[in-house]
Amino acid sequence: MSEHLTIYPILVHLITAILLLFFWMNPKIQRYISIVGSAAGIVIGGLLFSRVWENGIQSIQLGNWEAPFGISMVADTLAVSLILLTNIVAFALSIYSTENMVSSRVKFGYYAIFHFLIMGLSGAFLTGDLFNLYVWFEVIIISSFVLLTIGGRKIQIEGAVKYFTLNMISSIIFLTGIAMVYGATGSLNMAELSRIIPEIENKGLMQTISLIFFIGFGVKSGVFPLYFWLPASYHTPPAAVSALFAGLLTKVGIYAMLRVFTLIFPLGETNQIILMIIAGLTMFFGGIGALVQKDMMRVFSYLIICHIGFMVGGLSLFTEVAIVGAIMYMFHDIIVKATLFMLGGVMFRIFGSTRLYNMGGMMDDYPKLSFLFAIPLFALVGIPPLSGFWPKISLFSASYTAGEIAMLVMFIFASLITLVIIAKIWNKSFSTSDPKRERKLSFKYFNDFSFAEKAAYVAPIILLVGVTLYYSFFAEHFQMVAERIGEELMNTEHYYNAVYGIKEVSEL
Amino acid sequence: MKSLILHTISITLLPLLILFSVFVLLRGHYLPGGGFIGGLIAAIAFILHAFANGLKETRKVLRIHPGFLIPVGLSIAVLSALAPILMTGDPLMTGLWYDKDIAILGKIGSALFFDTGVYLVVVGVCLTIIFTISESV
Repeated sequence: MSEHLTIYPILVHLITAILLLFFWMNPKIQRYISIVGSAAGIVIGGLLFSRVWENGIQSIQLGNWEAPFGISMVADTLAVSLILLTNIVAFALSIYSTENMVSSRVKFGYYAIFHFLIMGLSGAFLTGDLFNLYVWFEVIIISSFVLLTIGGRKIQIEGAVKYFTLNMISSIIFLTGIAMVYGATGSLNMAELSRIIPEIENKGLMQTISLIFFIGFGVKSGVFPLYFWLPASYHTPPAAVSALFAGLLTKVGIYAMLRVFTLIFPLGETNQIILMIIAGLTMFFGGIGALVQKDMMRVFSYLIICHIGFMVGGLSLFTEVAIVGAIMYMFHDIIVKATLFMLGGVMFRIFGSTRLYNMGGMMDDYPKLSFLFAIPLFALVGIPPLSGFWPKISLFSASYTAGEIAMLVMFIFASLITLVIIAKIWNKSFSTSDPKRERKLSFKYFNDFSFAEKAAYVAPIILLVGVTLYYSFFAEHFQMVAERIGEELMNTEHYYNAVYGIKEVSEL
Repeated sequence: MKSLILHTISITLLPLLILFSVFVLLRGHYLPGGGFIGGLIAAIAFILHAFANGLKETRKVLRIHPGFLIPVGLSIAVLSALAPILMTGDPLMTGLWYDKDIAILGKIGSALFFDTGVYLVVVGVCLTIIFTISESV
């Protein structure tokens, strides 16, 4: 049974979701099931990670069909580390949702859909088949659409329409790309494609297909010209949902790019330049957008876009150091962005609003919470030794050694603009004195919460901040993982051999 | 809708359509058909009944809340996918087949149970949606 461990990260959330559906009308039990299910997810993620770390890439052929004909599930170091991080964030959010989600929303199936979404994410990370990747993307989109609209406020529906339309279009573009790949090569197995594509004569066609994929994934991850669905929708749902989206959804697009542009279509010079320009513009417009926003959740949404640029930029340089930097950044970003939106949810409870001019005096009223919140905020900027600092070293040095000074300038610009924005938020909401706010009636402020309710809000944040601190002070562990991922991504024969069950002579 | 013709025929059609949906479900392995389309046909049977006799009557015929069919169907599908892991140690979703023929059904295997799960999920989802819409109108 344990030889099928590769598939269990998907199954654990599927089974949890089914159990939750049985308890449709009982929010209380649902909360416990969800927490237990997510905890089991962490355990399985950890087991799979340690197995891949010790024994190299694991693969499994669904339905026992031989490799290029069936669907392969491949757990390489990139996939399992993302699964582990996803499950950690999911666990934190399961706890966070117990108070952040009112029972009426839970009765619409919030938890079940939440676990379907995590299942979709795990599936997307694990699959070794392009069409299967598309199917997991659909699972993710449909679940996230439900999560966005649960509650049915007008602003939510408005955001969801934009979100859904653009993601649907990107799916169609992705599907078109898949059809073209299949037409050109007759296979959709990623490992097999990595061998077929380099031998195809028609380089122009392959170039076109790779750009079609880039557009498809780019919309999902929110890169420059097509990002506007993201700030339009991410601030509308409750904080738990926003945190889930912010931490994980855009990263799936980045994951798909990392996979496709290393394994199937290794970046050529033209694509590198295109990706570089787009990464630079993404950082620029995301940063400028964040600068002018007046609502904290919207500021964070724009910061997501800004920081996607770091990962795309790292990929576009296409050296091992740069990819290691991009992956390190992704690890850091998943944890920190989820924390930021959860923290936004707490501030909403404290101030009754997320608009910046309604905030102030956090430091006087809640000194301990302020200290806790300072860590993710400053980690985002990358103040040493916090987690944002380490990936930036790799990215800066990689762009310098590659001679891409423009890219280096953009990286530094984005870091500085993040600093400015965080300083602005810090000044406005933490250190200035309390503006005399009107207390909204019939609104439950953070002060009014019982200890258990406060704990449900703050404990998951402490958990994720703990992970951030671990990352900050033991960055060499993450560096080691990222270096191994970089090695695996750049040398595709490891992946190929794992899928086809070819024993490698020398261990990694 | 009060119509004597529709009312009379819906009572006859309900069992017929359900029987037909099961037939479509069973032939699905090698021929056109299967759990999805079978589920749709079964859902149509109940929706037609609801048109002719009102939602209350249909709920009485159905006895359980259609939403309950969703997790039941999903569990059957997941168990059939898990069966090879638990029984023979093969990867997820490997087809397991019982060697002997069974009357009417033919050869049965884990694929049939998977399709049955899909059938139930489709019936559950369709009826939940349609019932919710027609209740709110």
